[in-house]
Amino acid sequence: MTKSVIEVSDLVVEYQSSKGSVRAVDGLDLHIAAGEVYALLGENGAGKTSTVEVIEGHRRRLSGQVKVLGIDPAATGRDRRELRDQIGIVLQASGIEPEITAREALTLVRSPYRNPRTIDEVVELVDLREFVDQRVSTLSGGQRRRLDLAVAVIGRPKVLFLDEPTTGFDPSARRRAWDLISTLRAGGTTILLTTHYLEEAEFLADRVGVISRGRMLIEGSPRDLQQAHGQRVMSVDIVGGGSGVDEDLQAGLSQALAGVAEEIEWIGSRVHVTSSDTNAALERLTKWAAASGVILNEWSIERPSLEQVFLKVNSDEIEGDSRG
Amino acid sequence: MVDLQPWPRPLSLIVQQAAHQLRLFVRVPVAVFFTIALPFVVLLVINATSGERFFNDANGDWPVDAFVCVAISAFTAVSATFTNLANMVPIRREEGVLQRWRSTPLPVWVLVGGHVVSAVVISVLCTTFMLGVGVAFYGVSVPLMSIPAVVMTLLVATLSFAAMGMAVAAVVPTASAASGIANAIILPMALISNVFIPMEEPPVVVEVLANVFPLRPFVDALQAPLHPVDPAAAPHWDRLAVIAAWGAVGFIVAVRQFRWNVTPGGSTRRRRSASQQG
Repeated sequence: MTKSVIEVSDLVVEYQSSKGSVRAVDGLDLHIAAGEVYALLGENGAGKTSTVEVIEGHRRRLSGQVKVLGIDPAATGRDRRELRDQIGIVLQASGIEPEITAREALTLVRSPYRNPRTIDEVVELVDLREFVDQRVSTLSGGQRRRLDLAVAVIGRPKVLFLDEPTTGFDPSARRRAWDLISTLRAGGTTILLTTHYLEEAEFLADRVGVISRGRMLIEGSPRDLQQAHGQRVMSVDIVGGGSGVDEDLQAGLSQALAGVAEEIEWIGSRVHVTSSDTNAALERLTKWAAASGVILNEWSIERPSLEQVFLKVNSDEIEGDSRG
Repeated sequence: MVDLQPWPRPLSLIVQQAAHQLRLFVRVPVAVFFTIALPFVVLLVINATSGERFFNDANGDWPVDAFVCVAISAFTAVSATFTNLANMVPIRREEGVLQRWRSTPLPVWVLVGGHVVSAVVISVLCTTFMLGVGVAFYGVSVPLMSIPAVVMTLLVATLSFAAMGMAVAAVVPTASAASGIANAIILPMALISNVFIPMEEPPVVVEVLANVFPLRPFVDALQAPLHPVDPAAAPHWDRLAVIAAWGAVGFIVAVRQFRWNVTPGGSTRRRRSASQQG
C-alpha cells in the first residue's frame, strides 16, 4: 500500500464566535497518498477551510491526529521548519507586498528554502514572463493568482496546498493552471486542493472528498462517485408513435418503467429517463417499444457530472437531517 | 531525488529581509514623509521662529535651535522605529504578508529581526541626517569623545522603541486604527518631552510624567553628549535604563501578543469578506 503523506484521524476543530463555540470539523478522517491529487469539496461553512488550515499548520485543533510527511503540522522549532521546507501553500490572500515586482517577490521568498527552484525555472513553469518585472500592484487578479502559484512552488514542495487556486481566472488561464498542476503531479507532488469548480475537481483529482458540517460525506475517485452516488440519464427519441407522442404512449412507457426509473421527462418526442439501474430500464424500454410498434432512435446514456453528484449528496444530507 | 542542501545562514536571511524592508520603505512615500520629511519641516519652522534664544539646563546654556535640532533628531529615530513599525506591520498583516511567511521555513525571529534591523538602519540614517543639518546650520557640535555615548544611546533607544512599535503592532485591532493609536501615544509624549516645546521649568506633573515615559529620557540621553558647554563623554545610563525597561515591556508584549493574521478562521466567505474589508 502506498504510504500516506497526509494522515488525518478523528479531527475536531472548534472556534469561538459571538454565539459560543462552534464545531467546524467534527471527527474527520483523511488519508492522502504520495503523488495523489485530492480535491476537498463542500459548501461554504462545510469545514473544508478549517480542515486544510489545520493540515497546513495555520490553525489549532481541539483533538485528533494530523501528520504531514510524518510531522505534526502544529510542531514548532526544527520540525516546523523541516515541514515548511517541504510544503507549498497557495493562500486565498496573496500575501505579497504591492510595492515590489514579481521577480523581487520570488527572489525573496526562495531565500529560506534548502532546494528552491531557480527564478527562471518558476517563470517558465507558471508562465510569468510577460509580467515578472512589473510591480505586484499593477497585476490583474489572474496574474496575481499565477504569482501566488509561483511563490507556492518555488521551494520545490513535496506537498502542495491549493486553496481555490483558479478563482478569478479566465477559462484559458484556468486551463493553463490545470496544466501546471498536472505537470507538478507528474513530477510526484502530492496536492490537496479545495475548489468551488467541480469540473476542476473532476479534471484534476485522483480522489474527491465531499464534506458537510465538518464530516466526510463521501469519498472516492470522481468516476467511482459518479457511479456509486449518481444515476445515469438515458435519452432516446421515440419515432413512429404517430404525429406526436400521445398520452397513451406516455402512460404506457411510465407503466413499463415503473420501479426502475426515478424520473421521466418528455421534451417533444424525446424522453429522458433517470435511473440507477440502466440495464433494467433499457430492457423494459426495448420490450415496450416492440410491443407498442415504435422505434427508438438517437440513443445516449450519460453519467451525471460531478456537480450533479455533489448537489444530490448535499441535498440527501439536508433531507436526512430534516427527517431526523 | 534532490540532495538536501544545508539551511541558508541566518545572517544572510536577516540581511535579505532587512534589505527588503528598506526597499519597501523607500517605495512607500507616506512612510518617508512621516519619518523624515515631516520632522525636518517641523525643525525648520520651529527654528525659523525661535530667534536668538537660549535654553538653560543644569549644565549651561543651549542655543534653542541646536537644542531643538538634537531633540527632533531623537524624535526622528522614534518615528523610524516605533511609529513606522506600529503602522506598517499591521498593514502587512492585513495584506496576508505575515501569513505568507508563516507558510515558509523562514524562522520567525528572522522575519521580526528583518523588520527591526531595517527600522534601526532607517533610524540611524535619519538621525545622522538631522544631526548633520544641526552641525551645518544650527551650531550643533559632535565632539569625537561623545560619539561612543551617542552611538550607545541610539542603539539602546532604537531597539527599545522598535520593540515598543512591535508591541503596538501586535495589539492594535486593525491597520487603519494603528496609525491613530501610534500617533496618539507618541505626539502627546513629544509635547511634554522637550521635542517641539523646550520647557525650562515645566509643571511638576508634566516633569514627572515626561520622565516616566521613554521619550524624554531618550531626548536627554542624546542631548547630554552633545551639550555645547559641558558634553558628557559617558552615556546617560540612568536614562538609558528607563528606555530599556520600556523596551523590555514592549518586547514581552510583542512576543506574547504577536498575530500572524487578522482573520481567526472560519469559512471561506468570512475570510474573503474580512480580507476585502482590510
